[in-house]
Amino acid sequence: MKMTRIGLPAALLLTVLLTGCGGGISTSSENTLVVFNYGDYIDMETIEMFEEETGIQVEYEQYVTPEDMYTKYKSGGIAYDLICTSDYMIEKLIREGEALTIDTDSMEYYDNLDETYLEFCRSFDSDNAYAVPYFWGTVGICYNTEMVEEEVTSWEILWDETYANQIIMENSMRDAFLVPLKFLGYSLNTVADLELREAQTLLMEQKELVMAYLVDESRDAMIAGDAALAVIYSGDATAAMESNEALDYVVPEEGSNIWFDCWMIPASCTHKENAQKFIDFMNREDIAAMNFEYVYYGTPNAAVYESLDEETKADYTIFPDEEILEKCEVYQYLGEEAESLYNQLWKELKAY
Amino acid sequence: MRKPWRWMNRKKQAFLSGPYLVWAVGFIVLPLLMVLYYGLTNADGGFTLENILAIGDSIHLQALWQSILIALGSTVISLVVAYPLAYILSKKQGERSGVIILMFILPMWINFLLRVMALQMILSNTGILNAILSFFGLPAQHLLYTRTAILIGMTYDYLPFMILPIYNAMCKIDRNLIDAAADLGAGNLLIFRKVVLPLSMPGVISGILMVFIPSISEFAIADILGGSKILLIGNVIEQEFTTTNDWNLGSGLSVVLMIFIFVSMAILNKNDAEGEGQMLW
Repeated sequence: MKMTRIGLPAALLLTVLLTGCGGGISTSSENTLVVFNYGDYIDMETIEMFEEETGIQVEYEQYVTPEDMYTKYKSGGIAYDLICTSDYMIEKLIREGEALTIDTDSMEYYDNLDETYLEFCRSFDSDNAYAVPYFWGTVGICYNTEMVEEEVTSWEILWDETYANQIIMENSMRDAFLVPLKFLGYSLNTVADLELREAQTLLMEQKELVMAYLVDESRDAMIAGDAALAVIYSGDATAAMESNEALDYVVPEEGSNIWFDCWMIPASCTHKENAQKFIDFMNREDIAAMNFEYVYYGTPNAAVYESLDEETKADYTIFPDEEILEKCEVYQYLGEEAESLYNQLWKELKAY
Repeated sequence: MRKPWRWMNRKKQAFLSGPYLVWAVGFIVLPLLMVLYYGLTNADGGFTLENILAIGDSIHLQALWQSILIALGSTVISLVVAYPLAYILSKKQGERSGVIILMFILPMWINFLLRVMALQMILSNTGILNAILSFFGLPAQHLLYTRTAILIGMTYDYLPFMILPIYNAMCKIDRNLIDAAADLGAGNLLIFRKVVLPLSMPGVISGILMVFIPSISEFAIADILGGSKILLIGNVIEQEFTTTNDWNLGSGLSVVLMIFIFVSMAILNKNDAEGEGQMLW
């Protein structure tokens, strides 16, 4: 989901390598499928199984950020048949007419997907016509239980002076603003001037307590014990908790952002049949379970979820309480006017 | 016979300067013209001074002020560290001073970002510096993500640019001048004040320029060591280009910054030209 420190150089290298051999990928009527996905975001064995079962040759490529993906896709060097990317990027591609509708009726395993998550996806894909969810996650608070003795339940703790200089905030506009917006009980997709200004005031008050505004470094800082609390993506939190047992992750009771990575068929697709077969294959219970084991993000696959043992189901890092989940929202594109207001408010906060 | 020969020579000269010309046009002139073009137009391509005047915005002014303060800070610290060092080294010319100079240049062989990230690990709350401090029973310091950290990072990165020009200027000082001054009864302090200091001023001035100019437009160090809490003019420009996608405003502010740098250079050079640095003292 997120770009790591090692990810950037690796991505550059990858880009060079891939561009170099891009010409070798054929786009003719051969029985192939060109898949484009986040790095390390699938159990490669499932691809081999797909090739064996269907006889379709898969050309699998990886990227680091949705922006990298977009640039590569737009350059048109390779005709991708299937892309896995995040909600807001899918919304952008749909708006630009770059997405093809997916015939989900013909799919055997589409019913495995939980209606709850399809409902969430409708906020960026109104009829579930263009995107099939693959994994989902949240934004929440990662905290060090050795430094924070109380139980963290609310965003309010990020304004607690006890933790002055021990709080890490997200260094991206919307991930930072969602904190006060949700705390105040507003929608994180609000475009109301007053609500956004109120949120900004809270962020300004908070600034003197904030140790730093970070993106990818926050995970390492939490692992090292440099900070007590960090606003972080659930995927990063899971990774951090594996390296430091004192860490815990919670989605605050006021709700948060829920994000989706979905399969979509881009306009460049030349093997639509194969792409749909691949999506369907990904939804098959055993395959979805293998990928869940490998990636360990929230799965939208009800069949997989039901088969999990109680301990995994109770892992609130990847499966927060239903009550809290109901208060979570997917980011929506806000329009140019709201975006420039956001930019202005963000700049004012940074200069404060 | 001579004429065609000369002509050939000139042609050869033009040919040899070709690579540099391509470089200069492609990577200096064209980008500068593009920055000027974007800076003087709005999103629709019409002429406007708005992007230049945007420096008057209180946020931008404050960011520029922060940049000036930090750049001045790192320039002064570098000068204070570099000048005595260069003086000592120039007096002891020989193999050992070569080694010491090499030690200052050596870090520059390592990528700039890697060095800043290494500093991040040294300065963090649970970092190397605090581990050493606590070993000696000293209180831990909260350094990372503060203004001090930015200052340390910039000074560390740009110090060699201060040492080298001063060292070179001092090496060029004619020993006979110092001997003559001593013969005429001047004490060490007087020799330093009347001979060494004025003659080393060209080095000092180019050192100041070489530290001050890159530090004033710096944004990466402020992000990595400052935790994005302090907004410098470089950060504003970077954000206009990347997140906000307002290339016109970003270019306009870059033009202002360039003008600012040109003016400071002109002032320094003028002082230098009038009395080879004596003006400053």
